[in-house]
Amino acid sequence: MNHPYWVAFSAIVYKEVRRFTRIWMQTLLPPAITMVLYFIIFGNLIGSRIGTMDGYDYMQFIVPGLIMMTVITNSYGNVSSSFFSNKFQKSIEELMVAPVPNWVIMLGFVVGGVARGLACGFIVTLLSLWFTDLQVHNAFVTLSVILLTAVVFSTAGLINAIFATKFDDVTIVPTFILTPLTYLGGVFYSVSLLPDFWQWVSKLNPILYMVNTFRYGIIGHSDIPVLAAYGMLLMFVALLMSWALYLLHTGRGLRS
Amino acid sequence: MTKALEIQQLRKVYDNGFVALKGIDLSVEEGDFFALLGPNGAGKSTTLGIVSSLVNKGEGSVKVCGYDLATEREAVKRSLGVVPQEFNFNSFEKVQDIVIQQAGYYGLKRKLAEARSETYLKQLDLWDKRDVPARMLSGGMKRRLMIARALVHEPRMLILDEPTAGVDIEIRRSMWAFLKRLNKQGTTIILTTHYLEEAESLCRNIAIIDNGEIVAQAPTKTLLKGKQRSTYVVDVRGTVTIAPDLDGFNSRLLDEHSIEFDLSREQSLNEVFSQLEAKGLEVVSIRPKTNRLEELFVDLTTHSKQEAGA
Repeated sequence: MNHPYWVAFSAIVYKEVRRFTRIWMQTLLPPAITMVLYFIIFGNLIGSRIGTMDGYDYMQFIVPGLIMMTVITNSYGNVSSSFFSNKFQKSIEELMVAPVPNWVIMLGFVVGGVARGLACGFIVTLLSLWFTDLQVHNAFVTLSVILLTAVVFSTAGLINAIFATKFDDVTIVPTFILTPLTYLGGVFYSVSLLPDFWQWVSKLNPILYMVNTFRYGIIGHSDIPVLAAYGMLLMFVALLMSWALYLLHTGRGLRS
Repeated sequence: MTKALEIQQLRKVYDNGFVALKGIDLSVEEGDFFALLGPNGAGKSTTLGIVSSLVNKGEGSVKVCGYDLATEREAVKRSLGVVPQEFNFNSFEKVQDIVIQQAGYYGLKRKLAEARSETYLKQLDLWDKRDVPARMLSGGMKRRLMIARALVHEPRMLILDEPTAGVDIEIRRSMWAFLKRLNKQGTTIILTTHYLEEAESLCRNIAIIDNGEIVAQAPTKTLLKGKQRSTYVVDVRGTVTIAPDLDGFNSRLLDEHSIEFDLSREQSLNEVFSQLEAKGLEVVSIRPKTNRLEELFVDLTTHSKQEAGA
C-alpha cells in the first residue's frame, strides 16, 4: 500500500516494535521469568495442595489468567513508557511537525503496544506448556478477547503517557490501579468462592471479565457471561480511543 | 507570486496569561533567505512554533506556501521542514534510522527514504556516521543531523531555529555554505539566530521582533542603510593618554593605543583620518566596534523597550 497514512502508520509501528525488541532484556525477558516463578510457586508448589478450582486442575485454572495478566501489563507499559520517553526526549515533535493525522499516531502506538503484549503473551503461553497441557476450547474467543484486551490497555497506556509530566506518573497507574485490579480480577481464584457482596464488587472490575472470557476460550469455563465481556471490551475500546484522540487533538501535554 | 509565509495579526497568549505575540504581521517571499531576529523571549520561537504546529495557534492567520494553517494543516506540514533549537531526536537511534523514520512520517516509502537519507547525510558530511547512535555525535553533527532530517521530504520552506548555536566557526561556515546552496536551488529559508553576522551575511530580508511585536522588517541592505550612526575603533602607533578632541566627532579613549568614535551617515572617515593626522597620530588599523546589524538590533530593541516602559 502506498497511501502516505499507511506508510506513516507502518513507520510508527516499525519503530515501536524495533524499540521493544532492541531492549528485549527489559521488555520480553522479565515477564517470562516472572511467569515461570508464578507457574512454579503458585501452580506447582501451592497449587498441588489446593487441588482443583471449579473442577479444573489449579495450574490449568491460573494459566489463562497469568497469560492475560502478562498481556495487560506489557501492552500498557509499552505505550506508556514509549510515548512518555518520546515526550521527554522531545522526539514526539518529529511526529507533530509531520503530516500524520492524530488517529494514525494513536493507532501506531496502540499497535506497537498490542505487538509487545501479544509477544509476551505468546512467550508465556509457550513456557506454560512445560507445566500444563494447554488446549484451546474456542480459538475465536481466545484470540479476539486477548486482542481486544491488548488494544484497551495499550490505549489506556497512551492516555496515561499523555497526562504524565514525569517518569513517576507512568508507574503510578500500573502500581496502584492495574496490579490490584488484576490480582482481584480472578486470576488466582474463582469469584464464586467469594461471599455475595464481594462477588458483586468484583463484577465492577473490568479485568475480571477479560480474564474469565480468556479462560473460557482456553478451558471453556467462565464466572461471567462471555457476551457481557465483549460488550464491555468494545465499549472500553470506543471510550478510550475517543478520549485519546481528543487529547491528541487538543495537544494536551504536547503543545502549549 | 505565492508568499512562502504570510502571517496576519497573529496573537498568542499562553495559559499562564503571558502575551507572547501581540498581533504580528510577517511576510516572506518564496525563495527568500529570511532572518527573524530578537532578544531571548521576544517571540521568535513562539512564532516559528506556531508555523510548525509545535505551539497552538492563537488569533490571526498563518499561511505557508498559500495553505492556511487553520484549514489545510497537512499541506502546510508537507511544505515545511523544521530544525528546532533543541535536539529532539531519540538519541539511542542510529543516525540514518532517524532520517529514514522521519521520511516515513511524510509518507515516503522505504527505498526512497533510504536514497534521500544517503543524499542528505552525504551533503551534510554525516554519511560516515550513519550507523552511529545519535548520542555519540558532537553538537555540530547533531545540528546537521536535524537539518538532514528536516530536508528528507524536500520541503519548499526550511525553518531553522538557531541552527548554529554552540557550533564551532569551521562547521558554522560549512553550514552557511550548505544553506546558501540550498536557497539557490529554490528552498525558502527562515532562520533565527543570535549571531547577527550570520543574518547579515546570509539573509536578504530581516525582521526584528521584540516584546511580541515586529519592530522592523525590510531588506537587510535597506535596514543597514537606514542606520544613523556607527562606532569605529582606530589603533594608533605610539601611546595616547587622553582622547583626542576631534571636531564634530564624539571620541573616547579605550586604551593607550585605541580610540573609539561615532560616525554619522553624513560624516566620512577621511575627516577623522585628517584630524588624527593633524594631531600627529598615525592610524595603524581601523575596525567597526560591533557588527553593523548588531548595532541596529540594539538600537531597535532598546528603543522598543523604552517605548514599552514609557
